[in-house]
Amino acid sequence: MSAPVTVGNGAFEPSIVAFVCNWCTYTGADLAGTSRILMADNVRVIRLPCTGRIDTLFILKAFERGADGVIVSGCHPADCHYTAGNYHARRRFAIFRELMNFVGIDPRRVTFSWVSASEGGKWAEVVNSTTEQVRQLGPFATYPEA
Amino acid sequence: MQELRELARKLLQEKQVSAILGYEHGRLGTRPAFVTDVADCERLVFDHRCVHNLAAYLSPRRTHIAALGRLAVVVKSCDARAVAGLIRESQIKREDVVLIGVRCGGVVRDAADARPLSADNVAPRCVACEKREPTLADHLVGEPKPAPAGSGSRDARLSEIEAMSAGERLALWMQLLAPCTRCHACRQVCPMCFCERCIAEKTQPTWIETSPHARGNLAWHLTRALHLAGRCVDCGECERACPAQIPLGLLNRKVARVVADRYGYIVADDPSTPTPIGTYQLDDAQEFIQ
Repeated sequence: MSAPVTVGNGAFEPSIVAFVCNWCTYTGADLAGTSRILMADNVRVIRLPCTGRIDTLFILKAFERGADGVIVSGCHPADCHYTAGNYHARRRFAIFRELMNFVGIDPRRVTFSWVSASEGGKWAEVVNSTTEQVRQLGPFATYPEA
Repeated sequence: MQELRELARKLLQEKQVSAILGYEHGRLGTRPAFVTDVADCERLVFDHRCVHNLAAYLSPRRTHIAALGRLAVVVKSCDARAVAGLIRESQIKREDVVLIGVRCGGVVRDAADARPLSADNVAPRCVACEKREPTLADHLVGEPKPAPAGSGSRDARLSEIEAMSAGERLALWMQLLAPCTRCHACRQVCPMCFCERCIAEKTQPTWIETSPHARGNLAWHLTRALHLAGRCVDCGECERACPAQIPLGLLNRKVARVVADRYGYIVADDPSTPTPIGTYQLDDAQEFIQ
């Protein structure tokens, strides 16, 4: 696990991994970029075909490898490119989120959102609010360093 | 007991089945028994020490057992839920197995425990068990039995953990999971874990840490519990098989409660109901999604 990232003044800066669907949120994030919207640069985007492809293991793996927060985002209900991927994902995430909370991963570290291809502004909001929230929560470590 | 033996004899004599899968008393407690000979039906027993879920033997991956031919299986109500799960998920066909349902009054935690059933040695899941006889059965034997005495239900423990802060919960689980050696006994014994290739065996990339390092504990145990969402039959075998005494049943119980609360789904021994994962409603709650 990498050491928590700090900036010049020694303050903690969270590293956040975003798992996004190709058709809506990735395009939306692209729009945020081309629209020159300023947002926190703590988020690393990983593009997947669909939220239905986002295994809950991805989220656990991100935390295991040193992420402090995770964003999961895809098409709004009824907009899925594959018709129903986000509906299936919604059930999986709902169950995962409660189990994750039960073992002590603060649910505020994981943001789930629907961001369409035209919602560049909403993407920036999601990025900024999640970054701020995780910054408040501080670094995350699941296991003691050996 | 005689009723069970008579029935087993009849099934074998009439060639309805070629083997009976039940329980017998062995040197280290009660153990699963395969009876193919009518004379051996005397060995069959059923009592509060019959802890094993024999449905685990029905998985089509166990080809040496499938080779025995048509089986009759002794099932408690939790075992019958596992059989229903296997039928629901197209692993076996209902007509390929004869189910001998037994009325159960709870079992002990450890099959080697020879003491009578009491609050001290009853398996935690049996205390709050609401179903003491299977619905999915071809035959039903034994007298109805009362619920076992016991205290400290798992739901009370769940509420206790839920009342802690996130930091305390994480510390608790990292400590509970720390002794895990990733032996996968919990998976091997599980009647519903029948994937030909388990995620834990995929090494390119390595999704689940294969070394017994604390790093992979959450990935393995949360994934195992999630893969059993809406499928876990609460037979307690994972917890019994765990050589590190990890309370795996708590994770399964938590998921079962979430599935029941959110989707109104309770695992029963009816093979025709759809599972909550793999189906969806357009208006499923999404209060956690921005």
